[in-house]
Amino acid sequence: MHIAVENLTKRFGPVCANDRLTVSFAAGQIHGVLGENGAGKSTLMKLLSGYIQPDEGRIVFNDMPRRLRGPGDALAAGVGMVQQEPLDIPAFTVLENLLCAAPPGVFRSRRAAQIALLDLAERLGFPVDPAARLDQLTIGQRQQVEIMRLLLCGAQVLILDEPTTGITAAQARALFAALRQIAAEGRTVLFVSHKLEEVAELCHTVTVLRNGQVVPPGQLPMPQPQEYLLALMFGDSGAAPPIYRPLPAIDAPPVWELRNVTVRSGALHLVDLNHRFAAGRIIGLAGLDGSGQQVLLRLLAGQQAPDRGQVLVNGRDLTGAGAIAFRQAGVEYLPADRLHDGMIGALSLADHFALLQRNGLLVDRRRAEELARQAIADYQIKATPVTPIASLSGGNQQRAMLALIPPTARGILAEQPTRGLDVASARAIWSRLQARRDDGCCIIFSSPDLDEIMEYSDEVIVCFAGRIGPPIPRALLSAGRLAELIGGVGFDALVDVAR
Amino acid sequence: MDQLWIDLAAVLAAASPLVIAAMGETLSERAGVINLSLDGTMLLAAMTGFAVALTTGNLLLGFAAAALVGAAVATVLGLFSLTLGQSQTAVGFVLALLCTDLSSFLGAPFVRVPGPAVPFTPIPVLADLPVLGTLFFRHDPVIYASFLIIPATAYLLYGTRLGLIVRALGERPAAVYARGVDVTRWRYALLIAGGALVGIAGAAFSLDLKQGWSYRHTFGAGWIVLAIVIFGGWRPWRVALGCYLFAALEIVATRSQSALPNFPTQIIQVAPFVLMIFVLALVNLASSPAAMRRAATLPQIWQRPLLGAINRLRATAPAALGQPFERP
Repeated sequence: MHIAVENLTKRFGPVCANDRLTVSFAAGQIHGVLGENGAGKSTLMKLLSGYIQPDEGRIVFNDMPRRLRGPGDALAAGVGMVQQEPLDIPAFTVLENLLCAAPPGVFRSRRAAQIALLDLAERLGFPVDPAARLDQLTIGQRQQVEIMRLLLCGAQVLILDEPTTGITAAQARALFAALRQIAAEGRTVLFVSHKLEEVAELCHTVTVLRNGQVVPPGQLPMPQPQEYLLALMFGDSGAAPPIYRPLPAIDAPPVWELRNVTVRSGALHLVDLNHRFAAGRIIGLAGLDGSGQQVLLRLLAGQQAPDRGQVLVNGRDLTGAGAIAFRQAGVEYLPADRLHDGMIGALSLADHFALLQRNGLLVDRRRAEELARQAIADYQIKATPVTPIASLSGGNQQRAMLALIPPTARGILAEQPTRGLDVASARAIWSRLQARRDDGCCIIFSSPDLDEIMEYSDEVIVCFAGRIGPPIPRALLSAGRLAELIGGVGFDALVDVAR
Repeated sequence: MDQLWIDLAAVLAAASPLVIAAMGETLSERAGVINLSLDGTMLLAAMTGFAVALTTGNLLLGFAAAALVGAAVATVLGLFSLTLGQSQTAVGFVLALLCTDLSSFLGAPFVRVPGPAVPFTPIPVLADLPVLGTLFFRHDPVIYASFLIIPATAYLLYGTRLGLIVRALGERPAAVYARGVDVTRWRYALLIAGGALVGIAGAAFSLDLKQGWSYRHTFGAGWIVLAIVIFGGWRPWRVALGCYLFAALEIVATRSQSALPNFPTQIIQVAPFVLMIFVLALVNLASSPAAMRRAATLPQIWQRPLLGAINRLRATAPAALGQPFERP
C-alpha cells in the first residue's frame, strides 16, 4: 500500500511536533525514518496509525484520503504499528493474544489461527510456540509475535518504532531478514530509528526529521554518506564520535574480587566465579539476553547473595552483607529501568539529594537544592531542581541518575546505560562515565548493543548461557569475533586458554 | 449417611446468592472494574425485589426490578469512575454505604411482612436419582440457576472470543484499544451486566433463601463475596468453591448454636466470617513468593510437587484492575 501525508501538522500546546509534513512512502520498500529524540518521528507514526489525530493536513492511503479515529481504524485500513514495548497482553498465550479482538472473519477457529500463525512464522523465520505465555518471552520474541499478529490481521503497512532497542543482535538479524521478506511480498515497512547503521543496512529510502520538519523536503534514496545524514539529523552541532584510545594498565587494588563464587538465580547457575575487577577501567558485559549479565551485576551490587564463595569490595569481605553495605563501600548500581527501579518519578532532583542526607530528623532543603543546582550545571540536565523526575526526557533522567552518584564511588554498575537514548544523549552519558573512569572508578556495564560494547569498553567479558568468560582487552577483539563468542562459537576454547 | 447428603444439598442451596453475586463481581473485575458497592447493591436490590414482588404479586417482576437496581448502581459507579475518572474504590465504597442506608430507609414499610417466595420445584425423574437427586435436583429455579452460572461464566471467560476481550480489558486495556475496541463502552457493559447479577443475588436472598425483608437483611454477605473473588483468583470455579465453603461454615455455625446453647450467639454468627478470612489468607500465604523461596531450599524430591501445588494455588490479579483507562 502506498501511503502519503500532506501538510500534516500536530501541535502539543506551544510545541509543534509535526510542522506541515509532506512525504510519501511507496509500497514494496523499507523506508527509514531518522531523527533524534523529539524530532517528531513518534508523532508522525502515531498520526499514521491512528493513535492521535492531526490538527491540519491529511493522510492518504492508496490515493484515498483517510480519517483515522483510532488504531482500530488504521488497522482496518491496513496500517499496523509495532510499539517499542509491544502492545500485547502479557498474561495471554501467543495464540490467545492473536485471537483477542481480531477483525471478524480473519480466523475461523482456534485451529485455523494456529495454522496461519505457524505458517507465517516459518515464512518469516521466527521460531514461535503458540502455547507459550507472553510474559515468559523476551521483548524480541514478543515483537516477533506482534509483527505476525498485525500481518495476519491484514496489515499492508508495518510501522516499527525503534524496533532494535532491547533485543539481541541475533534477534535483530532475524528481524531484518523478516522485514526484507515482508517488503518483498509487496508490503510497506516504515522503520523508525536513530541508529544510522541499521537504516543504512536495511532501508531503501530514508526520511530525516528535525524539529518536526522533513530535511531536506522529501525522501532520500539510500545509501547516503553517514556524515551527511548525521549533519541532517543534528544540524551543524553533530559532534564527531570520540576516538577509541587504549588504556594503560593500572596497578590499583581491585574494586571487586570474586573467590569461588557460585550463585543461582532462576534457571541460571553461575558456577565457580573467580574474577578481579580492577579500578580505572570500563568493562563491558556482552551476551544474549539473560545469559548471566544481570545476575553478575546484581551480585556485584550486593542485591543478590552468593550461594557459596566470597565477594570482596576494596579488599573487604562483604559476602551476604546486603546492598546497603555495598553502597557504603562505594558501589553504585544503575538499573536499566530508570524510572521503575532507579529513581522516584514524582520526586525532583533536589528531593533525591535530600533522600541521600543521613543526618538529623529534618531535611536540609537549601543544601539539597544547592547540590541539585550544581548537578544540573555540571551534567547539563534540562530541568530545575524542583522538576519531577518523571517529566524529564530519558537522557536527562539518566544524567540525573549519574549526578546522584557520590564522588566517593569506587565502582559503578550500569545496566544498559543508554537504553532508549538518542545518539547525542548517549555520547553525553558516556563522556561522563569516561570521566569517572579516569578518576579511578571501575565501571561495569551491560548492553545488548555490540557497537556500544566495542566502542566504550576497555575490557569485554562475554556471558554465554550462564557462564562468565575471562576479560578480553578491547584491542584484541574484533566485532565479528565478539558476535561469534556471544553465540557460543569458540567460547569453550576462550575459557580453556584463560585457565 | 442420608443426612450428610441433605446437609450438603443445604450448603449448595445456601450458597446460591453468593455464587450469583460472585460471578457478577468476577465478570466486572475481570474487565478491570472493582464494584465495591456490592454489599449495598445487594441490600437495595433485595429490598426492591421483595417490595416489587409483594406489591405486584409477580416473582419475575421482583427479580427484574432487583436486576435493574443492580445495573443502575453499577451505572452510577461507571459514570463516576469510567467516565469521570474518579477512584473506583472510593466511589464504590460510598455507594455501598449509601445503598445500605437507602435500603433501610425505603424498606421500612416492608420489614417482617410475609411475602411471596420462589416455589420448590424438584425436577421430575432426576430428583429421584440416589444422592445426585438429593444434591442437585431437589431445589428451586434460583438454585438451579446458580449451578448453571458457574460453568457459563467459566466458558464465557475461557472458551469464547468475547471472554478474551473481557480478560484483556482487565489485563491491558491499551492493547485492546490498539485492536480497535472501545474500552470504556465495553467496561460499562461488563460492569452493568455484573451489577445486574449482583442485584439478582440480592433478590435471591429476599425472595428465596431468607424470605422477606429486615434491617441489614443479607448480613454482610456482599463483603465476604468481595473477599472470595479476590482469594479465588478471579477464576469462576475457585470463586464458587469459596462460596460453598463459606455456606458450609455458616451451616456448621447454626448447627452448633443449638448444640451449645450457653455459647454467645454473637460469636457464632461472626465465626464463619473470621474462619473464612483465615482459610483464604492461608491459601494465599501458601502461594506467596516467600513460600516459593522456602520451597526452593528443600531437597529436589519435595520441590517439584510442592512448587507445582503452589503454582496451582497462585492467583494473580488482573494487571489493570482498578486502574482508569485513558485514550492515548
